Amino acid sequence: MPRTLTEKILARAAGQQRVSPGEIVTCRVDLALLLDSGGPRRIWPRLTELGAGVWDPDRIVLCSDHFTPAVDAESAAILKLTREFAAHFNIERFFDMRGIGHVLLAEQGLLAPGMFAVGGDSHSSMGGAFGCFMAGFGAIEMTGVLVTGEIWIQTPETVRVNWSGRFARGVVAKDIALFLCRQLGMENGGRVLEYGGETVQNMSIWERMVLTNMAAELGAETGLVEADEVTLQALRAAGREPALDALDWRSDPDARYAAVHDYSATELSPQIAAPHSPANSGPVAGFDTVRVDQAYIGACVGAKLSDLRMVAEVLKGRTVARGTRLLVAPASVSAMTAAAADGTLATLTAAGAYLLPTGCGACAALGAGVLAENEVCISSTNRNFRGRMGANSAQVYLASPYTVAASAVAGRIADPREFLP
Amino acid sequence: MKAIEGRAWLFGNDINTDAMAPGLYFKASMDEMARHCLETVDPAFARSVRPGDIVVAGRNFGVGSAREQAALALAHLGVGAVLAVSFGRIFYRNALNFGLPALTFPEAATVLAGDLLRIEPVAGRIENTRSGATHRVPGIPPHLMAMVEAGGLMLWLKLRLKKEAV
Repeated sequence: MPRTLTEKILARAAGQQRVSPGEIVTCRVDLALLLDSGGPRRIWPRLTELGAGVWDPDRIVLCSDHFTPAVDAESAAILKLTREFAAHFNIERFFDMRGIGHVLLAEQGLLAPGMFAVGGDSHSSMGGAFGCFMAGFGAIEMTGVLVTGEIWIQTPETVRVNWSGRFARGVVAKDIALFLCRQLGMENGGRVLEYGGETVQNMSIWERMVLTNMAAELGAETGLVEADEVTLQALRAAGREPALDALDWRSDPDARYAAVHDYSATELSPQIAAPHSPANSGPVAGFDTVRVDQAYIGACVGAKLSDLRMVAEVLKGRTVARGTRLLVAPASVSAMTAAAADGTLATLTAAGAYLLPTGCGACAALGAGVLAENEVCISSTNRNFRGRMGANSAQVYLASPYTVAASAVAGRIADPREFLP
Repeated sequence: MKAIEGRAWLFGNDINTDAMAPGLYFKASMDEMARHCLETVDPAFARSVRPGDIVVAGRNFGVGSAREQAALALAHLGVGAVLAVSFGRIFYRNALNFGLPALTFPEAATVLAGDLLRIEPVAGRIENTRSGATHRVPGIPPHLMAMVEAGGLMLWLKLRLKKEAV
């Protein structure tokens, strides 16, 4: 019987020959990602109450990213407790203020095709770009994982999402993600979104990660991309030699999908999601009367090195409009280092961008860059729920780094194609 | 698990976790966060909800983030159960893990604000005292029954660890 990639991974993790959609299985966890937000501060008291330790410190990756850097006594205490947790439980792979956890997993080469991974944050789905199954869970459930090393999953059905053709200039994976939020809606529980087709094959691992990241906005169990040469190259670039069977982690050619969607990238235009939902999306055209107070480049989905370079392409030789501020919070220290080395950061700051520390920042109103009442923000992040980035009356529009940069220059929402050669 | 009786509070589709547990109050106490629970949707909810009251919502209730404070804030306010046409996946798991019954209720739209409901979560029975209607819905999934009956994931883990120690 042909199987989807998800069914292959879950069967292996559950120690079974095969699994079927709907079947409830208990999976052994290969890797558990904890962040400072829903990590030690919520889990440690529970472990103490249970009198339990962690099942395998070498399978745990811990990152401080949500409350970094400390801005008050409360966040300082959370970061301190996170460090103490790492020391107490001998967690060697602890990244303290090095970047956003989902991006660090990729940079460090900690994910591999076929893995079954979990994370204490909804955007853990981002890891699926490596041909693994990675999904997000609450801290209470991560407590269970730390104690037992296992978790139950109701085997999802797989929806295949194919993209063919080449993007027009200025159109990127983020535009696909926003388009799909409208097209497929935010209610895809019980489904895995498997992204494929020529357009996805031609994407870098970083752009694939944008698609799998926003499987969370689509409400899917998770998103993933089958392993291929791009996956192997990404692992090698991170200094990891892929396993011999890495390329086996693909769906069988005649695997049964619950649905198959075919879209053309050639016809896609830059997309924007208007307040207050990622699914409230459509072409950027028609929003050019919306004046922008803040343009924000940040978060796991939208401040990787590839995103910073998109911003620089638009900003080169231009300046941010008067009355508009452009804030940039790089997703990791290594992204910031590389962007400094190749001149990207200098282009950004010369244009008037304001550089913020690495971390989750204003995306969830935890760090610098939150919005005042009635302010309008265009953001490269992934959520624009009411109040998400600050005041309840603030208006947040989601877009690609290209569109955010173009809007920063125009001072109003703008189509990036007018700013690119 | 005992039957739950309470007044219905109505909510629409796609109510997200940020609305239940706003990021601005992440560093505050649960008391403080719960005071702001759902304020952007229904400003009266957090100050007027009474222990045992029941949240009745449309599709995709709890879409969004993994923040468990969303389910905890409802429990903290004393909400007895959450009924929705469908749930966001992490919210659903969090709610049951905290022992907060979450049941899918396709006919949620038949309930009016303030209706007195009586719910048997295990059997999957919902009685509307005003209309006299009785609805059969899927109960707690069988594989989670032991965990929910134990009172949530923490109590279930305690039982499991005790068993392993023997």
